[in-house]
Amino acid sequence: MTFTTNEIWLALPEIYLTTALCVVLLFDLFFATKNPGRTATLTLLVLVVGAVLASRQVIADRQVILGGMYVADRLSSLLKTGAFLFTAMALFYSRDYLARRGIQKGEYYVLSLTALLGVLVLASAANMVTLYVGVELLSLSLYALVAFDRDSGVAAEAAMKYFVLGAIASGTLLYGMSILYGMTGTLDLGALTARLGDSPGLGFTLAIAFIVSAIAFKFGAVPFHMWVPDVYQGAPTASAMMVATVPKLASFAMAFRFLAEGLMAQTPQWSQMLAILATVSVIAGNLIAIAQTSLLRMLAYSAIANVGFILFGFVAGSGAGFSSALYYTIAYVLMTLAAFAIVLISSRDGCEATELDHFKGLHQRDPLLAGAMAAVMFSTAGVPPFVGFWAKLQIIQALLASGHLTLALIAVVASVVGAFYYLRVVWLMYFEAPAEQPPLGKAPGMRLVLAINALAVLALGIMPEQLLALCRQVIPGG
Amino acid sequence: MQTTLLSLLIWLPIVGGFLVMALGARVAAARWLALLISVVTLALCVPLYAGFDGSTAAFQFQQNLPWIPAFNARYSIGVDGIALPLIILTAFITVPVIIAAWTSVTKRVAQYYAAFLIMEGLMIGVFSAMDALLFYFFWEAMLIPMFLIIGIWGGPRRIYATIKFFLYTFLGSVFMLVALVYMYLQTQDYSIAALQAMPLTLEEQRWIFLAFFAAFAVKVPMWPVHTWLPDAHVEAPTGGSVVLAAIMLKMGGYGLLRFALPIAPDAGRELDGFVITLSLIAVVYIGFVALVQQDMKKLIAYSSIAHMGFVTLGAVLAYDIVGATGSPAGAGMGLDGAMVQMISHGLISGAMFLCVGVMYDRVHSREISAYGGVINKMPIFGAFMVLFSMANSGLPGTSGFVGEFLVVLAAFKANFWYAALAATTLILGAAYTLWLVKRVIFGKVGNHHVAEMKDVDGREFLVLGVLAVSVVLLGVWPAPLLDMMRGSIEHLTQMILATKL
Repeated sequence: MTFTTNEIWLALPEIYLTTALCVVLLFDLFFATKNPGRTATLTLLVLVVGAVLASRQVIADRQVILGGMYVADRLSSLLKTGAFLFTAMALFYSRDYLARRGIQKGEYYVLSLTALLGVLVLASAANMVTLYVGVELLSLSLYALVAFDRDSGVAAEAAMKYFVLGAIASGTLLYGMSILYGMTGTLDLGALTARLGDSPGLGFTLAIAFIVSAIAFKFGAVPFHMWVPDVYQGAPTASAMMVATVPKLASFAMAFRFLAEGLMAQTPQWSQMLAILATVSVIAGNLIAIAQTSLLRMLAYSAIANVGFILFGFVAGSGAGFSSALYYTIAYVLMTLAAFAIVLISSRDGCEATELDHFKGLHQRDPLLAGAMAAVMFSTAGVPPFVGFWAKLQIIQALLASGHLTLALIAVVASVVGAFYYLRVVWLMYFEAPAEQPPLGKAPGMRLVLAINALAVLALGIMPEQLLALCRQVIPGG
Repeated sequence: MQTTLLSLLIWLPIVGGFLVMALGARVAAARWLALLISVVTLALCVPLYAGFDGSTAAFQFQQNLPWIPAFNARYSIGVDGIALPLIILTAFITVPVIIAAWTSVTKRVAQYYAAFLIMEGLMIGVFSAMDALLFYFFWEAMLIPMFLIIGIWGGPRRIYATIKFFLYTFLGSVFMLVALVYMYLQTQDYSIAALQAMPLTLEEQRWIFLAFFAAFAVKVPMWPVHTWLPDAHVEAPTGGSVVLAAIMLKMGGYGLLRFALPIAPDAGRELDGFVITLSLIAVVYIGFVALVQQDMKKLIAYSSIAHMGFVTLGAVLAYDIVGATGSPAGAGMGLDGAMVQMISHGLISGAMFLCVGVMYDRVHSREISAYGGVINKMPIFGAFMVLFSMANSGLPGTSGFVGEFLVVLAAFKANFWYAALAATTLILGAAYTLWLVKRVIFGKVGNHHVAEMKDVDGREFLVLGVLAVSVVLLGVWPAPLLDMMRGSIEHLTQMILATKL
C-alpha cells in the first residue's frame, strides 16, 4: 500500500487530532500537574484549530483512499467541522462544572478527544473495519467518561449499564457484519450492493436486523433506549452532555455510511425496520417524557423522541430524507448543548439543578438563562421562529415525498404531545415563583457562549437557508 | 413594485418590542415607548389605507424577497381587500390595549408591553403573508407571546388555560402544515397564489379542506373545538382577552377565506353543509350557553363564539346561494357579511373586554353577582357599556348590525331555515347581553364595593370613546369598508365557485 501526499492531506483532521491528543496527554503530565485548567485551555485551542482545519478542507468530489478504508467527501468534512466545534462547546461549558466537582483531570480531556477521534473515523468510514474501529473508539471513551467521577455510585452504575448494553450492541454489529462478509466476501461498504445481487435472501435480512439494532442502540432508539435515561441522570452532567451531543453526529454517520451508502439498493428492507423503530421511539419517547420529574430524564426521553425523527429521515430513503436527517441532527445537537449548558450553569456545589423543580421561577432569578432555555424548549417543540421548526418541517417533507403519509401524521401528532413537556419547562421558569433564591454562578464567558448558542437557535430559525443548503449540498441527491 | 411599508408594519412593533423589553425596570419609559411604537404603527396604516385601491383584487404594497430558495419559499408580503381591514384592526386595537394597561398592570411591565408589541407584528405578518410557509411561520410564532401573556399575567387557573390554548391551536395547525407540505411537493412552490391555482382531485381537496379546517376551526373557534376559548379568556389579563377576541379569532376566519375555500373549492361545496351545521350550532346552542354564565368574561367569550359562527356561516353560503338562485349574482353577500362581522366583532368584543377590565380594576371580580347598579356610581362608563352591549346584540346603527344583517340576508337567499336559525341570535344575543347589562349596570347599588367605584378617568374615557365612535361609525357608514373589500370579495367569490376538477 502506498500513500500519496494527497491522501495524507485528505486524512489530515484525524492525523492532526491523533498528534494533538498525544501532545495534550504529555502536556498534562508535565505542565499541568498543579493547574489542570491549562489542559482545558490547550484542548480548546486544539479543537478550534481542528475545526478550522476540517472546514478548510477542499473536497471537490468523493474520494476513497487508503486502500478503500477511508472516504473523504463533503459530508465527512461537514461532520468533522461540526464535531470539532460541538466538542469544543461541550468542553467549554463543562469546565467550571468539572473544576467544582473535583474531576477536572487531564484524562477527561484526553478521553473527550479520543471520543472525538472515533467520531471522525466514523464520519470517514468506507469499510466495515474502519466503521467498527470508529464505533469502539467512541464508545469506550464514552463509557470511561460516564464513570469518570469514580466516587459516585450512580455514575458507576450508569457506566456499567451503558458498558454492558453497549458491548452487546457492538457484538450484534460485529455479528451482522460477519454474516454480510460471509455472504459477499468483502468488508468494503462500497462493494456490498454489487455482490449482494438482487435477492439476497434470509441471511441478509438477519444481517440487516443485527446492524439496524446496533445503529438503533447507538442512537438510543426504542427498544434499545434503556441506557439513555440512566446515563443522563447517573453520569456527571458534563459527561452526559458529551454522550448526548457529539455522538449523535457519529450515529448519523454510521447509519448513513452503512445503510444509505453501503446498502442503498436494499433500502426497502432496512427502511421498514427503521420505520417501526422510529415510530415507537417518537411515541414512547414523547409519552414517557411527560411523566418525568427530573429535567435530565426528561431530556433523555426527549432525545429518544428526537432520534425517532432523525430515523424518519432515513426511512424516507431518499437524498432529501438523508439531508433532512443531517439537518435535524445538527439542529438537535445545537439545542441540546444549550440545554445542558443551562443545567451546568445552574448547578452549584453540592446541588445539581437536575430536577424540574429547580427551574421554578428561573426567570426572576436569571432572565438570560430562562430566555435561552425557553428558546431551546420552543425550538425542540418545533415552534417557529426557531431552528427546530425547520428540522421537523424537512422531515415531514421527506416523509410525504416518499409516500409515508401515515408516518408523517404520527410524527406531527407526537410532536404536539411532546410540546406539552417542553411547555412545562417554560411554565416552571416563567409562571411559577422561585422556591429558593440562592445566587446562580456568574461564569461570564460561559454565559456569552450560551447567549451565542441560543441566538444561533433563533437566527437559524429566521434565516434557515444557509444550513439547509449546506446539508443538501453535502449529500448526493439531497 | 417593491415597497417596504408592510415590512415596517411587521418589524417595527417586533423590534420595538425587544427594545421595550430591554428597558426592564424603567417602567415609565417602557410605557411611553410602547405607546409611541403602537401609535406610529397605527399611523403607518394611514398611507396603507390611502394608497389602497379597493376596486381590484390584486395584492398591493407588495414586497418580494428570496427567503429560503431551497424550499422555494419567499418573503413575499402584500395586502388585498381581505387582509387590509384586518391589518388596520390589528394596529388599531393594539393602541387601546397598551393604554388600558397603563395602571392596571404592575408586574413585569416592560415585558407585558413587549409581548403585545411583538404579537402585533406577528399578527400583521400573518395577515400580509403571500407565501404559505411565511404565513405558517408567523401563525405559529404568534402562539409564543400569547402563551406567555396568559401564563404570566393571567388569573388563578392561568397555567391550565394557557397550556390548553397552546396545545389546541398547535394540534390544529400541524394538520395544516402537513396539507401545505403535501401541496408544495406537487407545485414546488409555497406561494399562496400557486396553491390556489393548482389542480386537485376531489379526494385530495377533501383531505386538504379538512386539514385546514382543523387549524382554522380551532382558532375561530367553532363548536365543538371551542372549549379552550372560555378558559383562555377568563384567565387572560384584559389586554390578552382583547387581542384574543378582537384579532386572533379572526385568523381562523381569514384562513378559511384565504386558504381552505379557494384552495379546495369543490371540497367546500361538498362539505358546506357540515360547516353550516357547526356554525348554526355555534349560533344557537352557544347562545343558550352564554345565557347561563355567571362570569362576565365567560359570557362575552361564549358570545364571541356565537358571533364568529356568523363568520363561518357567511363564508360558505356562496355555494347554497348559487344552488338556490341559480346565478352567482349576490353570492358574495355572505362573504361581505363575514368580513364585516369580523371587523365589527373585533371592535365590539374588544370594547366589551375592556369594559370588564375597567370594572375588574376597581372591584377585582368578574362575577356578575358581585356587581349591580354600577351606573349609579359610574354614569359615563354605564353609557359606554350599554352602547357596546347594544352593538353586541346587533342593534341597527351599530357595526354589529351590519355584519349580522348581511349574513342573515345571504342565508335567506340560500335557505329559509338557515336564516331562521341564524336570526335567533337577534333574540338570544339580546337576551344574554341585555340581561348582563341589567344585572351589572342597572338596578340598585349591589354592595359596598360597587358603592366605592369611581367613574372612568380620562385614559379610560379615551380608550372607550374611540372604540365607541368606531363602532357607531362602522354601523351607520360601512361603505368605506365594503368598498375596500369589493374587488377582493368578487375575486374570492369567483375562486370559490369555480371548480378545480
